[in-house]
Amino acid sequence: MIFTIAGREMRSLFLSPLAWSVLAVVQFILAYMFLSQIEVFLSVQARLVSVPGAPGLTEIVAVPLLANAAIVLLLVVPLLTMRLISEERRSQTLSLLFSAPVSMTEIVVGKYCGVMGFLLVMLGMIALMPLSLQSGGNLDFSLCAAGLLGLLLLLGSFAAAGLYVSTLTVQPVVAAVATFGLLLLLWILDWSGTAADGRLSGLFPYLSVLRHYESLLKGVFDTSDVVYYLLFIGLFLILSIRRLDADRLQH
Amino acid sequence: MTAMNGDTLVKVEHLSRYYGDTRAVHDVSFSVSRGEVLGFLGPNGAGKSTTMQIISGNLAPSAGQVWIDGHDILDEPKAAKAKLGFLPEHPPLYRDFTVDEYLTYCARINRIPAARRRPALNTAKERCGLTDVGRRLIGNLSKGYQQRVGIAQAIIHSPPVVILDEPTVGLDPIQIREIRALIRELGGDHSVILSTHILPEVQAICDRVQIISKGELVLNDTIEGLLLRMQASSLLAAMRVMPGKAELLAIAGVRAVEMLDANRVRLHYLPEHNPAEQLVEKAVQHGWGLFELTPERISLEQVFVDITCDEPHVAEAAA
Repeated sequence: MIFTIAGREMRSLFLSPLAWSVLAVVQFILAYMFLSQIEVFLSVQARLVSVPGAPGLTEIVAVPLLANAAIVLLLVVPLLTMRLISEERRSQTLSLLFSAPVSMTEIVVGKYCGVMGFLLVMLGMIALMPLSLQSGGNLDFSLCAAGLLGLLLLLGSFAAAGLYVSTLTVQPVVAAVATFGLLLLLWILDWSGTAADGRLSGLFPYLSVLRHYESLLKGVFDTSDVVYYLLFIGLFLILSIRRLDADRLQH
Repeated sequence: MTAMNGDTLVKVEHLSRYYGDTRAVHDVSFSVSRGEVLGFLGPNGAGKSTTMQIISGNLAPSAGQVWIDGHDILDEPKAAKAKLGFLPEHPPLYRDFTVDEYLTYCARINRIPAARRRPALNTAKERCGLTDVGRRLIGNLSKGYQQRVGIAQAIIHSPPVVILDEPTVGLDPIQIREIRALIRELGGDHSVILSTHILPEVQAICDRVQIISKGELVLNDTIEGLLLRMQASSLLAAMRVMPGKAELLAIAGVRAVEMLDANRVRLHYLPEHNPAEQLVEKAVQHGWGLFELTPERISLEQVFVDITCDEPHVAEAAA
């Protein structure tokens, strides 16, 4: 049942020009960043050889690419998630799911899986760029894998937050703006941590989505980072389910 | 109370729903048995759509309970929803899907096993006259066809209970006829609840009528009962030589006489005392020259207006 709903969601995405243009633009921007990063690498390559323990191809090209991808996708994911619920609510198609023998959880998880399927396609296309370096150089696969895992978890969190915001409104554009605001806030949350000297410094940076991504980008696979993202995703999915349930109930 | 006999497919008890302080539905109870077509009538904003949304599980009631084929819609939503098909006021259509894709999706979320999906799809399309448009985009179809796709969506899993909210809105007269025939056909082995504000439609296809006004049920009657209410209680007579009022009042059963013009008169009489026969006899005896005699019927519109406007308890309860 979840996959039926996810399948329809993906179909709808690919039937709209939005998904295709997002894929194209993201790919174009990241390809440009990728190429400029390669240029940097080529210019310093000669000097790096003489330094022992110097950063390699993966650190100089792949890691900055994935770090930049996170920022680009922070802008793009709200556009993909904005329609999930709000559009159905606006065109009043939600009652099709509500009057079918399908639970709220299946609806929410189905929609989430649908958008994640699309984001996986996008992630796959981004991953192809650093992986193509393998043809001419030596790639640190474990570092790459950690970074890609981090990006996947980050995208999962973005999508979950976007899905929840989409349940709150009937206007897709409002959902997109609000999701973007929420994600950006979660991103820059650690600024206050670094600025303040006292008690806050521990909590706020810890809540920031960026901090956990950075450690994965360094190749540090810490279970607590992964658990942070899984909790983040779970929290927003449960909030979405509760929000949709509240739709029917008395308020 | 929860026990239902095998033939009652929908049972609604003491249903209420409030939107903030606004009372949309108040203490509505009724039941529908297998093979019955129930018409839900009411003026705009009377609570028809709210009631239907509650029965179909789209909205939770503030109070009261709904059973679909023995399953409580709140306690066992999946079991209950598997037994019903719902067409909301605005058909829930994905405009960028073709009719076939959309109906296949509907079949899947209604848990029709893969092997039976294609036959179910074909039956639904055939019943709703969609065979020729299967490959067209829903967004490009006319309103009438979209409405049919909406109905096809509601019946694709042959649910025992079909709930249709204003199914003939936006259709042309021929389509309306076809849809009415379809609803009658569905009434054979399903229970159909249908809301409408088109009165002849109720007369044409329903077995039973409920009129809802300001959130309360004000009438729950069979079509026969409703027709009885519509029966004549006045006669229109035209005579060349108009007798005096007193002479007409003398006829047994005549309650009041209303002179319309020099030749025409309206006679109001008590129910079950139709004075037509005596009037004719007297007219012949006295040479009044009776040349026209018409029993007047109250229209369904009149019954509807009487019921929805003249119920005193509705007005006082609204406070």
